Amino acid sequence: MSAPTTARWTPGERLAGRAPLPDAPEGAPVVGVLALQGDVLEHLRALRRCGALATEVRTAAGLAQVDALVLPGGESTTIGKLLERFELMQPIRDRIAAGMPTFGTCAGMILLSDELEQDRPQPLIGGLHVRTRRNAYGRQLDSFDTRIEVAGIDGGPMDVAFIRAPRVEQVLADEVEVLAEVEGFPVIVRQDRLLAAAFHPEVTGDDRLHAAFVASVLPATL
Amino acid sequence: MTDHTDNQRTGTTRVKRGLADMLKGGVIMDVVTPEQAKIAEEAGAVAVMALERVPADIRRDGGVARMSDPEMIDGIVAAVSIPVMAKARIGHFVEAQVLQGLGVDYVDESEVLTPADEANHIDKWRFDVPFVCGATNLGEALRRLSEGAAMIRSKGEAGTGNVVEATRHMRQITGEIRRLSTMDETELYTAAKQHQAPVELVREVAETGRLPVVLFTAGGIATPADAAMMMQLGADGVFVGSGIFKSGNPEQRARAIVEATTHFEDPQVIAKVSRGLGEAMVGIEIDTLPAGQKYADRGW
Repeated sequence: MSAPTTARWTPGERLAGRAPLPDAPEGAPVVGVLALQGDVLEHLRALRRCGALATEVRTAAGLAQVDALVLPGGESTTIGKLLERFELMQPIRDRIAAGMPTFGTCAGMILLSDELEQDRPQPLIGGLHVRTRRNAYGRQLDSFDTRIEVAGIDGGPMDVAFIRAPRVEQVLADEVEVLAEVEGFPVIVRQDRLLAAAFHPEVTGDDRLHAAFVASVLPATL
Repeated sequence: MTDHTDNQRTGTTRVKRGLADMLKGGVIMDVVTPEQAKIAEEAGAVAVMALERVPADIRRDGGVARMSDPEMIDGIVAAVSIPVMAKARIGHFVEAQVLQGLGVDYVDESEVLTPADEANHIDKWRFDVPFVCGATNLGEALRRLSEGAAMIRSKGEAGTGNVVEATRHMRQITGEIRRLSTMDETELYTAAKQHQAPVELVREVAETGRLPVVLFTAGGIATPADAAMMMQLGADGVFVGSGIFKSGNPEQRARAIVEATTHFEDPQVIAKVSRGLGEAMVGIEIDTLPAGQKYADRGW
């Protein structure tokens, strides 16, 4: 598998990820990245490096084409509103209820959460039985790089970036597994086919979490 | 602020550039009051830019335009949960220190304000807060990066409601990037000289075919179609200044520009959101600007 070619740059490519697809292996899972707003391209690249057929999802028709979905980093209030305005909220909930593997990072973790630790309401997809706090570490000045040990990820600590990051304040159900913590609060959780990380593995080039997610997609499609 | 443990590093280039990555595909709106900030957040803005007067009013009123009153910035920070940016004058490193102290998420070293130093931009490496800077061409963008900017916006011509300069600057920057990516190793040294930019940055752009940071567009975007055009021209996202709150129906226009930015390649969506938006801001012909009133000429 060759790396995506970026030298042949076309307008809009940074967001749209129009870099030519490397040949995905035979039977590779089709993994969509929700492309309403956020760091879509970074996820598309990480997924391609992990051997998935990665594609953008902007519409319900696009959602129907994918085996699994990634909810990228971005602004959760913006993405939530756009999910409602473009009528993607219910279709995504329905696919998740039907067992679609879904991986959310940062804003994606917020959107998957059942509850938020805040007064102001905002649209959520829900399904992940956790209570999450947005901007849990503070403002941008408190954003940080760090290394964390992750249960089930071999090869030493992961190199990750927490950017105005959320964290899980409370796990609401027994089936939620905590795979990593920072300062005593869960930052990676898994619940059946749902995976959520408070940080951005997609901006660091440490693709192990993406690889584990792509590997987990295969059984459902066979 | 959170106490971080030893293996947590704040203020790194990665988290500075990373926040801009999270804003991609979004709209950043100029606001002058907490109420406007709430309208912007409700419309789906990914961030707000806190300033005292929108560029159209700065243009009308004249005088020296400076950093906003900290009390006003505090009010906006308290009003919304999305990132808050604020403007410092070109070269005014103390205004930037104050903004960092107020906890804003991004500082815009902006030509819309009156420059405070006619030779030097702010040394942005000295700060933990990330900076966005304007550029009219690739060389200017790379010089700002060499000073530590973590995000670039094309300048356009703020406060005019006229997209022509934004178009010119986006085409200039993306065209120069494309030309660099066709050059061989040897030619890149001369290219660096012509762009007046560090050869390492020129080489990186040539190899990757992109800036190493996010490139937004700004200065004159007034309609959903303007925003979508900038996205099709290669912008990662859009700043809208006077265009929203100088229009007839700010709530609806803000929302429409957000939706057109997301579906920038879908003319049907753009047509749908453009219906019945009411009065757009009254634009200004660039040729009619008095001498010395082109903001894009500030900075070097």
